[in-house]
Amino acid sequence: MLRFVLRRLALMVPVLVGLSILLFMWIRWLPGDPARALLGERATPEGIAQVNAAYGFDKPLVQQYFTYVKSLLSGDFGNSIKTGQPVVQSFIEKFPATVELSIAALLFAVVIGVPLGYLAARHQGRLLDTVVVSGSLLGVVIPVFFLAILLKLVFATWLHWLPTSLRQDPRMDATHVTNLYVLDGFLTGEWDAAWDAMLHLILPALALGTIPLAIIVRITRASVAEVVNEDYVRTAESKGLSSWTVSRRHIMRNALLPVVTTIGLWAGLLFSGAVLTETVFSFNGVGQYLYEAISGLDYPVLQGFILFIALIYSVINLIVDVSYGVIDPRVRVS
Amino acid sequence: MLSGCVQSERGSSGNGGSGGGSSKFVFAGSAEPVTLDPFFASDGESFRVSRQIFEGLVGTKPGTADPAPLLAKSWDTSSDGLTYTFHLQSGVKFQDGTDFNADAVCFNFDRWYNAPKSAQSPALTYYYGSLFKGFATGDTAKDAIYDSCKANGADTAVVTLKQPFAGFVAAMSLPAFSMQSPTALKKYQKDDAQNPTTTAYSTAHPTGTGPFTFGKWERGKQVTLKKNPDYWGQKASLDEVIFVAIADPKARATALQNGEIDGYDLVGPADIQPLKDAGFQILNREPFNLLYLGMNQKVKPLDNPKVRQAIAYAIDKQAVIKASMPEGTQAAKEFMPPVVNGYTEDVPTYDYNPAKAKQLLKEAGADGATIEFNYPTDVSRPYMPAPGDTFNVIRSELQKVGLKIKPTADKWDPDYLNKIQGTSKHGIHLLGWTGDYNDSDNFVGVFFGQKSPEWGFDNPKLFSDLKKARGLPTPAAQKPLYESINKEIMQYLPGVPLAHPVPSLAFAPNVKGYQQSPVQDEVYNTVKVG
Repeated sequence: MLRFVLRRLALMVPVLVGLSILLFMWIRWLPGDPARALLGERATPEGIAQVNAAYGFDKPLVQQYFTYVKSLLSGDFGNSIKTGQPVVQSFIEKFPATVELSIAALLFAVVIGVPLGYLAARHQGRLLDTVVVSGSLLGVVIPVFFLAILLKLVFATWLHWLPTSLRQDPRMDATHVTNLYVLDGFLTGEWDAAWDAMLHLILPALALGTIPLAIIVRITRASVAEVVNEDYVRTAESKGLSSWTVSRRHIMRNALLPVVTTIGLWAGLLFSGAVLTETVFSFNGVGQYLYEAISGLDYPVLQGFILFIALIYSVINLIVDVSYGVIDPRVRVS
Repeated sequence: MLSGCVQSERGSSGNGGSGGGSSKFVFAGSAEPVTLDPFFASDGESFRVSRQIFEGLVGTKPGTADPAPLLAKSWDTSSDGLTYTFHLQSGVKFQDGTDFNADAVCFNFDRWYNAPKSAQSPALTYYYGSLFKGFATGDTAKDAIYDSCKANGADTAVVTLKQPFAGFVAAMSLPAFSMQSPTALKKYQKDDAQNPTTTAYSTAHPTGTGPFTFGKWERGKQVTLKKNPDYWGQKASLDEVIFVAIADPKARATALQNGEIDGYDLVGPADIQPLKDAGFQILNREPFNLLYLGMNQKVKPLDNPKVRQAIAYAIDKQAVIKASMPEGTQAAKEFMPPVVNGYTEDVPTYDYNPAKAKQLLKEAGADGATIEFNYPTDVSRPYMPAPGDTFNVIRSELQKVGLKIKPTADKWDPDYLNKIQGTSKHGIHLLGWTGDYNDSDNFVGVFFGQKSPEWGFDNPKLFSDLKKARGLPTPAAQKPLYESINKEIMQYLPGVPLAHPVPSLAFAPNVKGYQQSPVQDEVYNTVKVG
């Protein structure tokens, strides 16, 4: 197991290096001129030339790449062209927002989706199954931004129950340590701040979570349906075991593998930043910042953030693979 | 187990926590500020914050773009326009206790002039570089118009220029030229830092003379300012001002209606009536901007003046305004708003006349010609609130006179500006400008001062007239020349000035005392909530 993990970690290095080279080139092939994006309507040819010289964009591509690699080796991922802030620092600042949102969305998707999928599989062909399946289809089909607008309309404009933007009430004067606002509220004993942060998480998590919810429902349903028909389940039931024990020890334990894979993959996807959801709710995570960086052609931010996201995604995938061995002894890697 | 692990910092600055009797004002802009040192900023959101903390020698008359006394209570200009004597307010202190006096004024002027080469890029010092033409060092040194600043006692500062700059006094109202505390600058700022926008001064210690002091900047969350109890002018009623960023105008409207914010800027035109109906306040700014239809003369048949005139005659500006701009928007006659020096009613106008348009096209042999029409998506500017709608109206008006329109939409960021201002691959397009301060060159000089890919023409007489006007010593001397330049431009017709759209702000019903300004000189010491 340990060798497996180490081998995977070692493999990540060349992959990430290769990615950094590709990113470097692809980003510079994007049409447009970062100097002009920076100066906006105030751009003049002299101004653009000055900015290009200041950032070294007028140097040959290969030279730019080696300058970049040199700074990478000393841990310097560069600074945002727009704000001057170090890329690493802004990632560390914004990533917790994405983490909180992803965890909330996943929690919603798993807590609702797995039981629903299980129930649908146990009631195959009947009304509950049909409702769950078609309901989940809706979850995939409705665009996130449309769902977001709908949620805002119902829960904020009509009912005034929930907030629609940002991660916390600006008037709250909350103390932040980890930038995970709910956790920070607990750590500092500022309960109203934690509660307020949770309220702000609800609508974005609902909007974001409907797609993984739909998929988790379907995968759970398919997986459970397959296992339910296995001989060993019939044997366990005929042995007189309670349906709860049968369901936990025999059905779920075997059906879980594809579900865990799906959850893991979704965690990776969500941690990459939910661009649309974060932007619509002004959630200030990695996704929203990446979107702004693309519009502004902020090369260092694009290169750095995409690389970090790739790293995180690889690590999560590794964890998912390792978890196979934990759940299913048959799959334990030799 | 987890709780209370970390010390709560709430109320550590002596202020009560949420609610608790302190008056807080939450205002939403469209983006985060880039930096809190206005010398290095050129974005409106940075200035929105810095206007509360800093003041300049010159301010504006409330609700107008006209210069008014601020840190300088009066000033004298020499007749050659080279020497400016500022008589300063006395007894004013910076927020760190440093005295504001003539030495502080000269410290600031010299700081700007001596900005290191690394800071001389327009990405950092756009305003100083373009208005003062150069710095002490670097390639621009020979063009620099600043000569020196001398303190005559504590309350008189004399600034000398090498070349006349008629807009100098008006320019001193720009936030980029705010007076900053020399003590704080020396202690916390590093103008030669690789990124002067992220130094301790620019992110945590901006120090001016204004009615609010810096509290906290939590990047990605909010900027919190606190009332300055020692302010020399009208002290604020508010205890705290909090700036947040919500990028989508619709999201800002929803947040206002839901009580999450107390006010915001850049109201989407579609939100104005629904907000009014729901009992919220809409305040309009006196427009200090221009929306125009640009024409690229490198592309036939736009190089033919008859074709350009035909396009002008084909456009019914009132219909365009009604369909795509807020109530109160006026049609534009020329390439500057009416309050700017040199505006004159006596310019050729091309009032809506489709029959004449058709006739001119026939004369030019361009009847039925195909013209590419570029417009941006994914954007709403104060001078161009709904470009898609504006495009639609103009397109149908042009088609009515027989022109074939090839529509080309581009995303504002990063493609549209790049295409329109950086290449010649465009036909007619929508663009505009919001003035920074009351100076004619800030409009027509910016548009037509030199050759550019946006307009695609070479008109040496116009370029030299603009250069000459820019160099005259006082606004009064400039007035007749700018008037004739406006006539010249409307005769030449490089584009069609369309309108001066009215930008709006929205507020909760319990907000009182917000003073709008056409150049966004909006300070919140007069604002009350509840």
